[in-house]
Amino acid sequence: MTSVLETKHLTKSFGAIMAVDDVSFGLKKGELLALIGPNGAGKSTCFNMLMGQITETSGEVFLEGQKINGLLPRQIWRKGVGRTFQITSTYSSMTVIENVQMALLSHHNEILRIFSYATLKYREEAMALLEMVNMADQADRHCAVLAYGDLKRIELAIALAHDPSVLLMDEPTAGMAPKERVELMQLTAKIVEDRDVSVLFTEHDMDVVFANAHRIMVLNRGRLIAEGNSEDIRNNSLVQDVYLGGGSVFANEPSAKHA
Amino acid sequence: MEFFIAQILTGLANASSLFLVACGLSLIFGVTRIVNFAHGSLYMIGAYTGYTLMQVLPGAIGFWAAIILAGLVVGIVGVLIEILVLRPVYRAPELFQLVATFGVILVIQDLALMIWGPQDLLGPRAPGLRGVVRILGEPIPKYDIALLIITPIIALALWYLMTQTRMGVLVRAATQDREMVGALGVNQAWLFTGVFALGSALAGLGGALQLPKGGADLLMDFNILAPVFVVVVIGGMGSLPGAYLAAIIISVLNVFGVTYLPQSTLVLMFVVMIVVLMIRPYGLFGREEVAGEHGQVGEPERPIKPASSVMRGIVVVLLIGFVFLPLGGSSYSLVFVTDMLIFCLFAASLHFLLGTGGLVSFGHAAYFGGGAYIAALLITYSETPMEIAFVLAPFGAGLTALAIGWVCLRLTGVYFAMLTLAFAQLVWSLVFQWGSVTGGDDGLVNIWPAEWLKPTVTYFYFVLILSVAGILLLRHVQHSPFGFALRAARDSHRQAEATGINTRQIQLIAFGFAGFMGGLAGAMFVFSKGSVFPNELEIARSFDALIVVFLGGVKTLAGGVVGAGFFKGLEETLLRFEYWRLLMGLLIIFIVIAAPEGIVGSLRKGAERIGLRRVENQ
Repeated sequence: MTSVLETKHLTKSFGAIMAVDDVSFGLKKGELLALIGPNGAGKSTCFNMLMGQITETSGEVFLEGQKINGLLPRQIWRKGVGRTFQITSTYSSMTVIENVQMALLSHHNEILRIFSYATLKYREEAMALLEMVNMADQADRHCAVLAYGDLKRIELAIALAHDPSVLLMDEPTAGMAPKERVELMQLTAKIVEDRDVSVLFTEHDMDVVFANAHRIMVLNRGRLIAEGNSEDIRNNSLVQDVYLGGGSVFANEPSAKHA
Repeated sequence: MEFFIAQILTGLANASSLFLVACGLSLIFGVTRIVNFAHGSLYMIGAYTGYTLMQVLPGAIGFWAAIILAGLVVGIVGVLIEILVLRPVYRAPELFQLVATFGVILVIQDLALMIWGPQDLLGPRAPGLRGVVRILGEPIPKYDIALLIITPIIALALWYLMTQTRMGVLVRAATQDREMVGALGVNQAWLFTGVFALGSALAGLGGALQLPKGGADLLMDFNILAPVFVVVVIGGMGSLPGAYLAAIIISVLNVFGVTYLPQSTLVLMFVVMIVVLMIRPYGLFGREEVAGEHGQVGEPERPIKPASSVMRGIVVVLLIGFVFLPLGGSSYSLVFVTDMLIFCLFAASLHFLLGTGGLVSFGHAAYFGGGAYIAALLITYSETPMEIAFVLAPFGAGLTALAIGWVCLRLTGVYFAMLTLAFAQLVWSLVFQWGSVTGGDDGLVNIWPAEWLKPTVTYFYFVLILSVAGILLLRHVQHSPFGFALRAARDSHRQAEATGINTRQIQLIAFGFAGFMGGLAGAMFVFSKGSVFPNELEIARSFDALIVVFLGGVKTLAGGVVGAGFFKGLEETLLRFEYWRLLMGLLIIFIVIAAPEGIVGSLRKGAERIGLRRVENQ
């Protein structure tokens, strides 16, 4: 089975620090793939490279066989990659539905129009997306007064507006209550099934990951150290060491440095 | 060679007060994040106070004591301003403090007029330093030599204060991260006051020190403002070495400019600034402004909606009133309403940029005055029919705005604001100094409308139709997909870019569009007055528009127009008083403190409180 999104030897160094070190993986069609790792492992750096937010030192990213690194975030988005942010980014002066309509207007290349009313455009499509993330009843509320968990779901609706083939979610459940986390991941899993979209996400909460991910990759100090299903990862001694602080990951380093 | 060195020495001496004023401004900005527009006024008070003290205190000791005392007096004035005006508005929306400091400018202008009178004061010579010394055969005033010695001493003292004392450590820490300093138990309120006092004292010192060279007059507050902004921006906001170096660069350049390119001294300064910012966007020693540092304070803006039927009704009634005005009103009232309508369109165009776009332009007069001058130049030189000149003017202004916006939009926040101001000043100095074409200070006259538009009543209807159409178009665009994209770029640049919106392109188009509308207002203005002078391009004109937008309410759709109408009416009323600036200034400060959401925002809040209007989204 071919990969929808693929990285080859992706590397990013900040000075002497290798934030991401020779990372190669593929996201398969219809997969819910988790990228986990302790703080500072390089998850967010990896993500930001996939979205064009930062430029890689070396390596390549392919979307359906087409090289996408070097493109700007908005160009990558146009190729069918959606994303949600670790800290939500919504348009705080707009209503919930207007946030989604904005993404739809952009998708249909209508943002330079000045003679129509934005709020009348693509209202049904936006409502359908909001229904999917269970926000339809709050469609006309002001974004700035909503709870954090609701904003996360709006972001998901925005990210799905252009019917992406790949969805990247950076810590989708960060800052949410445990119950909300489970719900959001179940929602994501359902979306993967219903909409034929492939999802790559990073996550801190292991329960969320083990319960939902089809496949898990573990990143530590910029390197992929393990990959497999929940069972494999749970039983992998290297992963246990990283998470339980059992010692050094690389033989030549003193374990004390890694607290 | 000798001449060359003499020139440099003169430049270095001139750098002295520029440096003092600039580093005061820079210090205040670094800690409080307030761009203190009243800094020029503090400089002016320093000069006047120094002058008065020098009359009283005798001899050389008296002279130098007067300078130091002037600094102290201005420091105390600074404390008063900080406590009375700025403290209540630190929590107000972004950049609202600017309007407060502008109110302070007006108040100080009239107080200085009351105390010292309208005539320019010739500064006394420094006792014992009256003559010149010859250096390599070139005469250099002795006072210049004194300044050459004094400035580095003050710079060193400041350096010591900043790096070696507890106060300096706190100030530097607060410049980096004031929340952290607050969390560590430092009383921020007094730190702010202290820094404001120090910055003010430096401005006062600068004003007093330049007395023997420049004297004191009532225009010096605005005159110093542009060079000081240029110095602070070139040096980097908050950097003292940067301010020192930039003050020297600008002063030396100015001296050479006077010798070799006398027609372009003013232009030169802004060209240097623009070049520096193109290469180093945050100045020579500045650090990058972290996005969000100037983020919105206070309540987030509410979603926009089409006007309610009540509002539409009020507007229709008002318009009907205007339509029938020529039947009942005097010709004076026609002229007044014409002026007001033009100003409303100008303000609405800035409001579009500032409110919807989140792009704080300090130089919007460039497009208003630019439009007026383009029309006037076409009429004067190519005998263009009025109708064609009138149509070309907004397009010219729009193109100018596109060019300026293209450069300025590389920067954000206060640097963006400063750069737009610099470009506006560049346009002003071009017009002001290129007298052979633009008429310089004498302006361009005899710019009358075509025959069919000549009667006051006809022109009134012409302006009424165009202004109302322009304002409605601006308002409509805010409801259109383009307006939404512009707001999206303002609300979350990151999300907008991540969903396919080219934010810079959107903002550039908005900049050009606002410039076009400003130019339209300018074209209507020039044909209603029959003439245009460089003051239509001045900083003060840009500030008028800024104040109006802030007073009306940035976060409301009608803010610009309502503020403009209110301001014009107020000006009309207050101009009858001798000290109208004082009243205006006090009123502005009062509104800023009492109604930080602007007129429209406060009315809306009030209506909600007493139950006339439904509270949304609760």
